[in-house]
Amino acid sequence: MIVKDIIDILEGEIICEGDLTQEIKTACGSDMMSDVLAFVKDQSVLLTGLVNPQVVRTAEMMDMACIVFVRGKIPDESIIRLAEQRGITLIKTRFRMFTACGLLYMNGLSGGTKV
Amino acid sequence: MSNAIHLHYEVSGEDFTRAGEASGAVKKRLKSLGYDPDAIRRVAIAMYEAEINMVIHADGGYCDVDIYPDRVEILLADHGPGIPDVEKAMQEGYSTAPDNVRSLGFGAGMGLPNIKKYSDDMRIETTIGVGTNLYLTVKVNT
Repeated sequence: MIVKDIIDILEGEIICEGDLTQEIKTACGSDMMSDVLAFVKDQSVLLTGLVNPQVVRTAEMMDMACIVFVRGKIPDESIIRLAEQRGITLIKTRFRMFTACGLLYMNGLSGGTKV
Repeated sequence: MSNAIHLHYEVSGEDFTRAGEASGAVKKRLKSLGYDPDAIRRVAIAMYEAEINMVIHADGGYCDVDIYPDRVEILLADHGPGIPDVEKAMQEGYSTAPDNVRSLGFGAGMGLPNIKKYSDDMRIETTIGVGTNLYLTVKVNT
């Protein structure tokens, strides 16, 4: 799956465009950034309902290519700028967390860990 | 020791949104030096969690980073309240962070456990009312 597929599946809207052809192998859905940081996965997308600059910084530390804001949340300018500088794609989707994760899972994306 | 690259960063305790700037800068530097991506990620995550801790608990501080060919050594020092019970603070899920921090996505009690997990060596020197020094070493495959 590539970033572009995630946008299609989640009927998402691009807020900040990075590399849409980048491959995504796993996903992580959480509002707690320390929980996200606890499990390093390769080429992952982050789904979150949290909207603050630390979401982008967390993605940066984890080498994540893409962040999906669920429930139609829109990040402010400072967050968008931070993502732009780091080449991270920001997407918003109207779906809620559970549904957004479920849709990606159904389409073959896994959590990347066994538990 | 002369071949080490030394970096120094001040961490502001006033602006939570800027927490992570030092870690991001170190990550960028290690990348430009061609270090192994996995090691870079471990350095970045461990340092980022520590930086967040510094802002949440200690009103900021500073980081000294020494980059060697085979390892990265990091000191994060603050003049915060100190950690009363280090053993407890190391337990996953234990947190003394205030509720407003949780609404920012931290304070899940994973900070120190994550730092330990991603570093090869971690040492805490802490004195109540004086501050905390956190020493980290992350080994790099050469």
